[in-house]
Amino acid sequence: MTHIDSDPNYGVVPAPDTDAYPDDVLAGLRVDAEQVIARYPRERSALLPLLHLVQSVDGYVSPRGIELCADLLGLTGAEVSGVATFYTQFKRHPNGKYTVGVCTNTLCAIMGGDEIWDSVREHLGIGHDETTADGLVTLERIECNAACDYAPVVMANWEFFDNQTPESTKALVDDLRSGAPVTPTRGASKVCTFKQVSRVLAGFHDGLADEGVGAGPATLQGLRVAQALSAADTGSPGGLADSALLDAPKGNREATK
Amino acid sequence: MSTQLTPILTRFWDDPQSWTLATYERHDGYKALKKALKMPPADLVQMTKDSGLRGRGGAGFPTGMKWGFLPPADGGPRYLVVNADESEPGTCKDIPLLMATPQFLIEGVAITSFAIGCNHAFIYLRGEVVHVYRRLLRAVEEAYAAGYLGKNILGTGFDLDVTVHAGAGAYICGEETALLDSLEGRRGQPRLKPPFPAVAGLYARPTVVNNVESIASVPLILLHGAAWFAEMGTTKSTGFGIFSLSGHVARPGQYEAPLGITLRELLEMAGGMRDPTKKLKFWTPGGSSTPMFTDAHLDVPLDFESVAAAGSMLGTRALQIFDETVSVVRAVSRWADFYAHESCGKCTPCREGTFWIKQIMERLEHGQGTQDDIDKLVDICGTILGRSFCPLGDGATSCITSAVQYFREEFEAGMRTPAAELFPPAACTLFAKESVSA
Repeated sequence: MTHIDSDPNYGVVPAPDTDAYPDDVLAGLRVDAEQVIARYPRERSALLPLLHLVQSVDGYVSPRGIELCADLLGLTGAEVSGVATFYTQFKRHPNGKYTVGVCTNTLCAIMGGDEIWDSVREHLGIGHDETTADGLVTLERIECNAACDYAPVVMANWEFFDNQTPESTKALVDDLRSGAPVTPTRGASKVCTFKQVSRVLAGFHDGLADEGVGAGPATLQGLRVAQALSAADTGSPGGLADSALLDAPKGNREATK
Repeated sequence: MSTQLTPILTRFWDDPQSWTLATYERHDGYKALKKALKMPPADLVQMTKDSGLRGRGGAGFPTGMKWGFLPPADGGPRYLVVNADESEPGTCKDIPLLMATPQFLIEGVAITSFAIGCNHAFIYLRGEVVHVYRRLLRAVEEAYAAGYLGKNILGTGFDLDVTVHAGAGAYICGEETALLDSLEGRRGQPRLKPPFPAVAGLYARPTVVNNVESIASVPLILLHGAAWFAEMGTTKSTGFGIFSLSGHVARPGQYEAPLGITLRELLEMAGGMRDPTKKLKFWTPGGSSTPMFTDAHLDVPLDFESVAAAGSMLGTRALQIFDETVSVVRAVSRWADFYAHESCGKCTPCREGTFWIKQIMERLEHGQGTQDDIDKLVDICGTILGRSFCPLGDGATSCITSAVQYFREEFEAGMRTPAAELFPPAACTLFAKESVSA
């Protein structure tokens, strides 16, 4: 297992040196990269997915991965590094098997994200962008992840864990470390590893799209209110006129066109 | 009469397999595309103009007009890029839409591409939502398999490829020109405008960049008519939109309603405040980049004009509700951290200003503010607003100046007393409330 620094890496610590890719791994990467590059009219557009692809093999943006991307796209290593360091999802040192991100942007923080962050940080004994000694969990404070109606929100390898508490989040990291099954609130039936998820983000579908719910309870709140009004209002043209129009065979307005 | 909800995009989100093509086709899916492919593209642009649809990503620019800005075809490629980089704090409408019904977007992409003469469209999704990315990849796969995308779509000779692209974590990529740089494989930093993307966008070719909800609304407008859409909402802010309620409200969630609905009406539908004994203190109409409102603004119609007239912006209809247990200084201080973190570093006012603001807010939050900190905050905001390269800097000032305007005394208290003493954080959490009401 790769050595994991216990200190946070703010970019001043050089990434650990890596050996060249074994031939079979390199061959596989080149085959995948060809597919990624083919999706775009100009090859440089493939850089972000290629960096995700590098993370799917190395668990971070490794020096050898940077060189590979540069070689594939006709860029310099500095140009690739310049892009990689701009984006928070690209890791500069080996990431844990699971990234656990606690939203501490204002809304989530106030709804309890700060308490969750404090308790899980204390529980694991690590801080932001640090990894447990077993290499399993990397902890992060994250910004708004577009699930404010489920605040406070925790992400595990970019799957949603809604309406969390300090206790539920501590249980989540314990389960991830012990290998107990963990199910996102809205997502696949399990939390894939950081490398597996990185491969999906490179655009290689893992076939799990049909797992999980389409919508959680908060997502459906407005629809439920409208449905209740409509049920209480049957026969009347008020209330849900517009959506009734959509659900029923095309109504009067459609006919007038 | 009070405004009613209009579940249109949201209407079958509760279907057990709402995201599949089969479900979508059961709900009139791809009927609009079939209709569109028989129409002259110019008519589709005109229809969108007639509907009055305005961009749902925050700025509210008329969508049809944006399409109309493309120069005449010159034989070279033209692009449609969908902005699915939803990252504005408080904003949570596109992600649930794509999770539940991605096919609305795919059909909208096909129709829009046909309308503007595009044969390769891109959907730029933020990278931090892997399951939504899976759903989009699957939706595109299904649409190709059914012949709605690819070569010679439905036998009409129209070709369209769609690439779903995952970002990698950067709020600035929601700014349309930064998004284009990111999609070209660069650091996501905004470009000087003009030239606007319509003239020189992706790969310096004519490009339309639209928000997810805008494009997802297009099939419905085509199916039911521009007049149907324009009948909803207000004269200048037509149609419906998803309003996202979060924070100290009894039933946070997505409420689809005509533009012009008020927070008072929405709050009533959402069961009122989370703790009915607590008063509404402040709220954002459209995310953290829109100046905050207070309980004096409950009856402001949530349309572009009315919200602007009241001193804010409709933005993304991200209604973050905070009750009286919340320290406005703490809330604003955290947003200041966010903007400092997300400033891309390209221009000086934003890069430096957001860091100065962050430091001053930190002092005030800890009760260590100095006599001139408030004036300094307002002064820095004045230097950023209108002088930064892109709207990120402007947005960073909104919460500061509006909070000082409405709650100056709380900032003054920040010279003496820590926010956590005045407003104990434990009192406002979700679990605090649950233990009380259980």
